[in-house]
Amino acid sequence: MSYIRKVPNTWWLQRKPYFLFIVRELTSVAVAGYCGFLLYLMYALSKGPDEYSAAIGLITSPASYTLHMIGLLLVLYHTITWFNVTPKVLVFHLGEEKVPAVIIAGAHYAGWLATSALVAWLLLGTGTSV
Amino acid sequence: MSLRHDIVIVGGGGAGLRAAIAIAETNPSLSVAVVSKVYPMRSHTVAAEGGAAAVIKDNDSLDEHFKDTIGGSDWLADQDAVEFFVKTAPEEMIQLEHWGCPWSREPDGSVAVRPFGGMKIERTWFAADKTGFHMLHALYQTSLKYSPITSYNEWFATKILVENNRCQGVAALDLRTGKVETVLAGAVIMCTGGAGKIFPFTTNGAIKTGDGMGMAYRAGVGLKDMEFIQYHPTGLPGTGILITEAARGEGGILINKDGYRYLQDYDLGTPLEITDPDHPVKKSMELGPRDRLSQAFMRERDKGGTISTDGGPVVHLDIRHLGEKLIDKKLPFVRELAKNYAGIDPVHTPIPVRPVVHYIMGGIDTDINGATQLPGLYAAGETACVSINGANRLGSNSLTELLVFGGVAGHAAAEFATNNPDLDEAALELQGVDEQQRIARDFINKQGGTERIATLRKEMHETMEEGAGIYRTDAALRTTSEKLVELRERFANLLIEDRSLTFNTELTSALELDFMLDLALAVAESGLARTESRGSHQRTDYPERDDANFLKHSLAFKTIDGVRIDYKDVVITKWPPEERVYGR
Amino acid sequence: MAKTIELEIFRYRPEEESEPTLQSYEVPFNEEWVVLDAINYIKDEIDGTISHRWSCRMGVCGSCGMMINRVPRLTCAAFLKEYYPRKIRVEPLDGFPVERDLVTDMDMFVSKLTDVSPWIIRNEGEEKPVEEGTYLQSPGELAEYKQYSMCINCMLCYAACPVFALDTNFLGPAAIALGQRYNMDSRDQGRDQRQEVIASHDGVWHCTFVGECSAVCPKDVDPAGAIQRAKLSSTADYFKDLLMPWGKRK
Repeated sequence: MSYIRKVPNTWWLQRKPYFLFIVRELTSVAVAGYCGFLLYLMYALSKGPDEYSAAIGLITSPASYTLHMIGLLLVLYHTITWFNVTPKVLVFHLGEEKVPAVIIAGAHYAGWLATSALVAWLLLGTGTSV
Repeated sequence: MSLRHDIVIVGGGGAGLRAAIAIAETNPSLSVAVVSKVYPMRSHTVAAEGGAAAVIKDNDSLDEHFKDTIGGSDWLADQDAVEFFVKTAPEEMIQLEHWGCPWSREPDGSVAVRPFGGMKIERTWFAADKTGFHMLHALYQTSLKYSPITSYNEWFATKILVENNRCQGVAALDLRTGKVETVLAGAVIMCTGGAGKIFPFTTNGAIKTGDGMGMAYRAGVGLKDMEFIQYHPTGLPGTGILITEAARGEGGILINKDGYRYLQDYDLGTPLEITDPDHPVKKSMELGPRDRLSQAFMRERDKGGTISTDGGPVVHLDIRHLGEKLIDKKLPFVRELAKNYAGIDPVHTPIPVRPVVHYIMGGIDTDINGATQLPGLYAAGETACVSINGANRLGSNSLTELLVFGGVAGHAAAEFATNNPDLDEAALELQGVDEQQRIARDFINKQGGTERIATLRKEMHETMEEGAGIYRTDAALRTTSEKLVELRERFANLLIEDRSLTFNTELTSALELDFMLDLALAVAESGLARTESRGSHQRTDYPERDDANFLKHSLAFKTIDGVRIDYKDVVITKWPPEERVYGR
Repeated sequence: MAKTIELEIFRYRPEEESEPTLQSYEVPFNEEWVVLDAINYIKDEIDGTISHRWSCRMGVCGSCGMMINRVPRLTCAAFLKEYYPRKIRVEPLDGFPVERDLVTDMDMFVSKLTDVSPWIIRNEGEEKPVEEGTYLQSPGELAEYKQYSMCINCMLCYAACPVFALDTNFLGPAAIALGQRYNMDSRDQGRDQRQEVIASHDGVWHCTFVGECSAVCPKDVDPAGAIQRAKLSSTADYFKDLLMPWGKRK
């Protein structure tokens, strides 16, 4: 009779790679949470200036800053770990040679930087304040 | 209850799978059993590295392949078999290409070929330096397509079942249950590989214990040319891991402790500079045949030219000049193995190497169709001796041999089974019961033994290396032979610790040792009787080739008194023996 | 005194015990030895009742994969010196039933390999006769699938995969990589046929991309990459079928 070993519920605590995987999975909660928050802001905007100002007031509270900082860290973790695995998914060959992983991942980082720069320019560079 | 098939193939390596597919493709109504003591992809075909020879390019011809093979064999190969072999080789290789084998390619998309030892023209197809691995996996995966093929994985066949002077199946131990099952069929094909494990220092995997040869030998079938053991000149010291001949085919050189290409001192030609566009010169120096290179190593050692290491004396295989790019493309496994197991990177450092037991030219005596003298029993691959390899096999002929003669044996066995469908089932089943009782009595339930399996195996190894190595003498072979008889007696006093029926690997080790002791004695006795030097069989007391008396295959038969040696003539069709010349 | 190292071996003998145990052995510490050498030493010299699989001891037959200190590895490629002086725990590969000691039941694995139809599939009537020679395949076309053809079936990737551990219905890394190996072979025309298995729930969509299969792979096959690429192309298929139903694949 073959023996079947049970997988303990704590399997993800037993090895670092599994733990980091679970952390990455959980960071999607932060991503989803922030999307929800943006939806709430749009909803507030649609309700008129008063409602929107109240929402803005909520964001600028110290608690909100803290939450945003944590959220930012989680999203950064999510993004970086995701970008780092993109070379696995996107495989291109130039003749026999595989396009190096650093170029594939690098392109993502470059795109990310460019987008961020664009957003920063839109928000800060044009001189108008939100 | 017996299991009934039309054909039973024992062994799921290259030859066994090729035979199975051959039958399934041409006679889909026949049911084929593949009985293997390991899952097929573990079979040792997997470890072959350099390539498989077949004429495919315009600058080559069947005649050249024939001549290289005959010369390489020191005229002991049967020429009708070699003619058939070289003719069938290309179509078999193309077939394997169609089955998905990832052959390395030329820029135009045609298959690439590389030079190999003892071959005058480059004709060795390769899949980087994992050719055997890719061939085996392509065959295995292709075999999964055919529903008439039933696999009995991790079933260890221990006995050929003979009734009415006909082989009608095998008894096999199901490792998972410990039960002996009888697998019956109109024909049986032995594809169980070689027996390198009778030696201590070998490239062969743990499973290569010659079980198929042992079974046939016990069933009264002759073992042909068992004295011919191939030492591969380039194994890693300590582990015996193979560094492929392709390393030299691509231009690697062998140097002694002074950085000198010592092969030039042993009648293997004059070296060209490694920068010379004509380097490496085929059939010369590093591209000489394996027997001659291994012998040159021994003589260089005696001259004091080798380097001593913990793993014994070595020379250096230098491939640094090939450059990292070529090494990574064509010899990546060499680099991986050298890094992992020798602790050096061959891109920057020469690889320490020494000769290592690699292949046994001898095996179950078969004709050109893979048929043995026992009706219904066939054999192919390293376990068989057709013979196309004679006294020395050329590198890259054995992978092709698996395909050519695996296929041939498959067809022949299918025909025989179709014509002989009736089996003596009741009697065969009784034999199975006997075999179960033998294994229980002699092993699982055996009490009171004192000899450890490992001890007997070690002593067998030592005496084989001592007496049946690269250079042999009457006295040393005699000592080995006597030692083996002693070990056989002590085997009766084996210590058994494991009484389990579930995956009992102590039992399998004991059964394997049992076969190996038989084969080792056949090797020693065949060597003793051949009082000449030919190919890999070098007798210092009889240093010359003796065509007058020994242009013959030896045949070893098991008798109550030991080994009886008989002979049969070599088939010469078109090229009578000449001097065997390399490098000049 | 000569140095020694302790090995803790997972023991399970179904005829004698209903639960596995760990048994300790003290073996000589040899710089050159791999874990497999130490296990063989135990079997040869100390305790003949240990069962394990091995053959080529050069990392190509795929027999000797085991959990070493909870990480799946080939025991022929794991050196004692990597662990010394810590003790080494050796267990059968995770995720598979244990037949005995270090021997797992791998039939499930073999049937998964078979499920992806791992052979060259040609359209009816488009098979090339042997007389017409080989297919042409450029080095670039070879490079497309070569990496995925390097799998030695050692099953370390399954042992590293928590998805497989939790649900053995998952087709798993090696089988999907093997399917991809044929899908990307220029000689093959069988992708549509394989999609049914590969693009199923128990196929690629069961994978959550832990990525450990690729981390433990001793041959750099990168099954995780193969799976993600299969997801991408399956998704592309879906949208193609949605947007261009007239071009729907068979």
